[in-house]
Amino acid sequence: MTNSTVLSVEGLKTYFYLDDNEIAKAVDHVDFAIEPGETLALVGESGSGKSITSLSIMNLIEKPGKIVDGAIYLNGKNIVDLSDKKMTEIRGKEVGMIFQEPMTALNPVYTVGNQIVEVLRKHKKMSSSVAKKRAIELLKLVGFPRAEETIKEHPHQLSGGMRQRVMIAIAIACEPKLLIADEPTTALDVTIQAQILDLIDEMKHKFDMGVLLITHDLGVVAEYADRVLVMYGGQIVESATKQTLFNDPKHPYTNGLLASLPSLDKQTDRLGAIKGTVPPAHRFPKGCRFSTRCPHVMEKCLHANPDLIPESDGHEVRCHLFK
Amino acid sequence: MYKYIIRRILIFIPMLLALTIIVFALAQAAPGDPFTGQILDPNIDPEVYELRREELGLNDPVPVQYFNWLTSILSGDLGQSIYYNGRSVLDLISQRFPNTMYLGVFALAITLMISIPIGIYSARKPYSALDYGATGFGFLGLAIPNFFFGLIAIYIFSINFGWFPSQGTITSNNLTGITALIDRLHHLVLPGITLGLAGTATYMRYMRSEVLDVLGSDYIRTAKAKGMTSNSVLYKHTLRNALIPIVTLMGFEFGALVSGAVITEQVFNFPGLGTLFLQSVMNQDYPVIMSMCLLFGVFILVGNLLADIFYCIVDPRIRYD
Ligand SMILES: Nc1ncnc2c1ncn2[C@@H]1O[C@H](COP(=O)(O)OP(=O)(O)O)[C@@H](O)[C@H]1O
Ligand code: SF4
Ligand SMILES: [Mg+2]
Repeated sequence: MTNSTVLSVEGLKTYFYLDDNEIAKAVDHVDFAIEPGETLALVGESGSGKSITSLSIMNLIEKPGKIVDGAIYLNGKNIVDLSDKKMTEIRGKEVGMIFQEPMTALNPVYTVGNQIVEVLRKHKKMSSSVAKKRAIELLKLVGFPRAEETIKEHPHQLSGGMRQRVMIAIAIACEPKLLIADEPTTALDVTIQAQILDLIDEMKHKFDMGVLLITHDLGVVAEYADRVLVMYGGQIVESATKQTLFNDPKHPYTNGLLASLPSLDKQTDRLGAIKGTVPPAHRFPKGCRFSTRCPHVMEKCLHANPDLIPESDGHEVRCHLFK
Repeated sequence: MYKYIIRRILIFIPMLLALTIIVFALAQAAPGDPFTGQILDPNIDPEVYELRREELGLNDPVPVQYFNWLTSILSGDLGQSIYYNGRSVLDLISQRFPNTMYLGVFALAITLMISIPIGIYSARKPYSALDYGATGFGFLGLAIPNFFFGLIAIYIFSINFGWFPSQGTITSNNLTGITALIDRLHHLVLPGITLGLAGTATYMRYMRSEVLDVLGSDYIRTAKAKGMTSNSVLYKHTLRNALIPIVTLMGFEFGALVSGAVITEQVFNFPGLGTLFLQSVMNQDYPVIMSMCLLFGVFILVGNLLADIFYCIVDPRIRYD
């Protein structure tokens, strides 16, 4: 961690305490950091703990979930124990977030303008007329040429891609140093996906933000990420730069993900798509969490969960195959 | 939206016409006539009876009777009560109407003031003691018949404690100004609560489930991610959405306002439309019954219109072009 590090997550554990005394370890000891201007991709199948990781950073975990351990340094300050009231000063101001479902992410009864102005008034203490002017500028910035009209429109008058643009305008309104995008294009048409991701990238450069880009699509990673965390069963199983990950993937899970990626020059030694699905977070197997699906599973994998250890500089892997 | 409202009002005309036909047909189908009660009286000469029938047009062909009736109500003449010795029906109704209106509005006000805050609280703290209490009360409120609750209320608060009057709308005609108003409200408390009981229970449950629903929605998560305080999340982002179905329900409730009080008015001997209606049915006072059925029908139609208009106002997604 350097002075300018935007976000540093250390030993984060977020558990859900279920009814029958079971514990869902949705996020179980996760570490990572993001620098300004960097896009860190968090990849993994559905259910691997990506959203819970991002909501933990926002301190928006709801019962029966709870952050049980770890530290979250945002711009150098540990925010993990802040009161909810203190957190309202940080959310939307120092960190902006956009979600997977643009169709339902905006409040249907308020205008687009109202929902942007609101965040400016709260964090920037702008008067409503100044905030309105700024809202128009922001909408122009994210690609609404007729922004003066758009601010008067309600969300249902906009397409999914347009709504996601509005969400981006809201998220960057206070020029946060960190932007979290939780599968921002999963619900959108393929043709719109690239536009939205390009816009996020453009905003990242403009405001020198760090971006946590959550996706289950390695194609997106290849295009937009600088570094990659592969997540499985609430843990990071591989961490590398984008180049290393694609050229020299180590973890059997990463290989499985890469194999399911449609590509022109498919290498022969890669696995077919991974069989089965991620077990729910209260049903992880003993030992390596991937052992129920791993084609290389060994005796020792069933007993001991491997640690995340450095394979080479900046490349870490959690697998007994590598020591 | 104005166009839509005008169109809706125009649709009223055929609906009202249909309503008059139904009301008329029902009155025709009902057994007996206004004199059935009296014909058995040996002191009345059957010829006089026949003469009266002729006079009232009861011997005309049915379509002619309907047409005569329709033209007279359209000209504002609702006819004369047979039971009340020829008093104008319009008179009878307008005398009772304000009382029923006060009662209905009072009951609705109580309903909303109790059910909305409790519903919100229940949703914010589900499975808390108060939530369970409210749920229990909700079931009781729906299960207890109005007349029974009314009688218990009279027994406890009127007879035992003597806090509230159990009968009528005013103590005397001599009161004026603010004392008269307070006296009127004082008389409204028990019947108002009795009438509002079921509504309170229903609205409370509605409110609870709506708020819970909205609190779990994506845009509430967005509001939180924007740094909105819990007050803003609740009062700005949640309530307006949660109230959409409630406000719509209130439009429909408007129709029930005048017709829903028959039993409660009876229990509290309250001189409103409900008691008038019941008396008229007992006495087979057809001109009154028919006019009141029409009135109730009109109120329900207006209520439906209000519901649609409210819906348009609170939910921007609804646009009738
Ligand atoms: N409210 C909850 N209650 C219990 N378990 C939960 C809850 N939310 C998430 N989990 C557990 O956490 C796991 C990870 O969820 P999530 O972070 O949403 O996955 P994803 O990687 O698809 O975003 C889920 O598979 C589930 O087992
Ligand atoms: S530790 Fe064993 S089971 Fe787990 S990924 Fe490595 S080889 Fe597979
Ligand atoms: Mg997710």
